[in-house]
Amino acid sequence: MADTATGATLPQPSRGGWRILALLAPAYGWLLLTVFLPLCAMLVFSFLKTTPFGSRQPLVFTFKNYLAFVDRPYLVNVAWTSLQLGLWTTGLCAALGLPAAIALARATRGRTRQVLFLLTILPFWTNGLVRVFSWTMLLREGGLLDQAVHLVWPGAGSLSLLYSFPAVVIGLVHAYLPYMILTCYLSVVGIEDGLIDAARSLGARTPAVFTTVILPLCLPGLVSGAILIFVPVIGAFMEPRILGGRIGVTMGTVIEDQFTSAYNWPLGAALSFTMLAAVLVIFAAFSGVLRKRLAVA
Amino acid sequence: MIPLGRLTLALILVFLYAPVVVMIVMAFNESDLYALPLQPSLKWFTALAGNEKLIDASRNSVLIAVITAVLGTAIGTLAALALARHAFRGRSVLQLLLLPPIAIPWLITGTAMLVFFYWTGIGRGLHAMILGHVALAIPYVVLVVGTGLQGLRSDLEEAAMSLGSTPVHAFFAITLPLLAPSLIAAALFAFAVSLDQFVVSYFLATPGVSTLPVEIYTSIRKGFTPEINAVSTLLLGASVMLFLVFAVLTRMGEADERR
Repeated sequence: MADTATGATLPQPSRGGWRILALLAPAYGWLLLTVFLPLCAMLVFSFLKTTPFGSRQPLVFTFKNYLAFVDRPYLVNVAWTSLQLGLWTTGLCAALGLPAAIALARATRGRTRQVLFLLTILPFWTNGLVRVFSWTMLLREGGLLDQAVHLVWPGAGSLSLLYSFPAVVIGLVHAYLPYMILTCYLSVVGIEDGLIDAARSLGARTPAVFTTVILPLCLPGLVSGAILIFVPVIGAFMEPRILGGRIGVTMGTVIEDQFTSAYNWPLGAALSFTMLAAVLVIFAAFSGVLRKRLAVA
Repeated sequence: MIPLGRLTLALILVFLYAPVVVMIVMAFNESDLYALPLQPSLKWFTALAGNEKLIDASRNSVLIAVITAVLGTAIGTLAALALARHAFRGRSVLQLLLLPPIAIPWLITGTAMLVFFYWTGIGRGLHAMILGHVALAIPYVVLVVGTGLQGLRSDLEEAAMSLGSTPVHAFFAITLPLLAPSLIAAALFAFAVSLDQFVVSYFLATPGVSTLPVEIYTSIRKGFTPEINAVSTLLLGASVMLFLVFAVLTRMGEADERR
C-alpha cells in the first residue's frame, strides 16, 4: 500500500527524508524515553548488588541476582505455579474460545452476528480490576455462588472457591478469553464455505471435517491467541493477589513485592529480565506463525 | 456441531457477563454483605460523593486519560503518516519497535519505568503516569490511524498539490478532514487504554497521587466495600460508552457483512 503512495508524496527526496524524520521523532523519542531506555536501565539495575537508594556509594556489580533460582529454591515452586496458571488458562481459553469463534463465524449472520461479535469484544474495554473484583463477590465463602447452590440444595456445604488455584484460573480465563475468541474468529471467518462443502461431498462426517479442515486452518488463530494469553498470564500479579490470597504466589507477585514492599529492586529487575527472556523465546519460537497471522489480518 | 457451538457461545456470554451484572446489581443493593433478596438503594453512590480519596483519584484518571488521548493521538498520527505514506530504509524495524509496549507484560514495562524514572530524577506522580500512558497508547494510535490511512486515496492530496497547494496545506485541507473518524477513534482508544490502565499507574503512583484503578486495588486489598461496586459501575459505564462510540466510528463488526 505504501509503495503506490510513495512517489507522489515525496517531491524532493532530500527534503522528504527530513520530513519523515520529523514525523517519526516525537513518537520514537517518546518510546525511547519511556520504554527502551527504562528497559536498558533495568538491565543495568539487575546486575547491582544493592538498591542505590539515595546513598552516594559506588555501584557494585554482581551476577548474584540471576542465580536467585539456585539461592532461593522456593522460587522454583513459584515459577512452576506461574507456568501451571499459564497452561491451565491458555488451555481452557482454547477449549472454550475455538467453539465459540466457530459458532460466531458460521452459525450466526447479519445483525445477530454483529451484536454477538461486539458483545464478545466489549470486555476488552472494561477495567480488568473491576472484573476480577466482581468475581470475589461470586466466589467467596457465603458469596453469591454459595447462595445460589444453597437455593437448589440447602444442605450443601460451602464451595469456598475464593483464595484457591481454581479461583485464579477462573479470573484469568475471564480476563483473557476474548483474545482467543477474536484471534480464532479471524481465522474461522477466512475459511471458505466451498472447502467444507467439498469435504462433505467427499463423504467426510462432521468430526472429520472439524479435524481435517477447520482445525488446521484455525491453527494460526489458536497459536496467536495462545501467545497473547500465555505471555501476560505468567506475568500476572493482580489476579493471583486478589483471587488467590496466600495461595496466589506467582512470579508476578514476587516481582511486585521486590518493588513495592521488599525494596530489593535489583532482584526484581533480574526476575523481570528472566521472565522477559522467556517471553522472547516464546515469541521467537512462534514468530513464523505470527508473521503469517499478521499478514492475514 | 453447530448447535453445540451455539450453546458454547451462549454459555461463554453468560460467563463473561454474569460477574459484571452481579457487580452492578450489588452497587444498588442496600446490604453491605451482598445479601439477597435485593433491597434497592443508592446509598453506596451517596457514600461515594463523600469519599475524597476516590474523587481525587477519579479526577486524576480522567485528567491523565484526556492528556494521553490528545498527546498520544497527535504523536501517533505523525508516525502513522510517515509509516503508511512513505517507503524508507528501516521502516519495518520501526514498525517492529511498536510491538514492545504492547507485547511485553506491563509488569516489566511498569517496573522498568519506575527504575528509570527514579534513577534519572523524573520521579513518580502525575507527570510520570502521563509519560507511561502516552507510551502505551502510541502503538495503538499508529495502528488505528494507519488502518484509516490505508483506506484513504492519496490521489486526492496529489490532485490538490498539482493544483498548486503546498503539501502542508493539502494535508490540512484534504487528508485531515477525511481522516477525522480514524483520529477520533484513535483518541477514544487512547483514552480507554489510559482510563483502564492499572499496572503502570500502580508502579508510578505516589501515596498522595493515584488513579481510580490503583485506589480500587488498594481498597480491595484492605477489604470488601460496596462503595467499590458503585465506583466500578460508573467506570464500567464510561468504558462501555467509549466502546460503543468507537465501534460506530470504526464500523467494527460490519466488515464481514460485505462478504
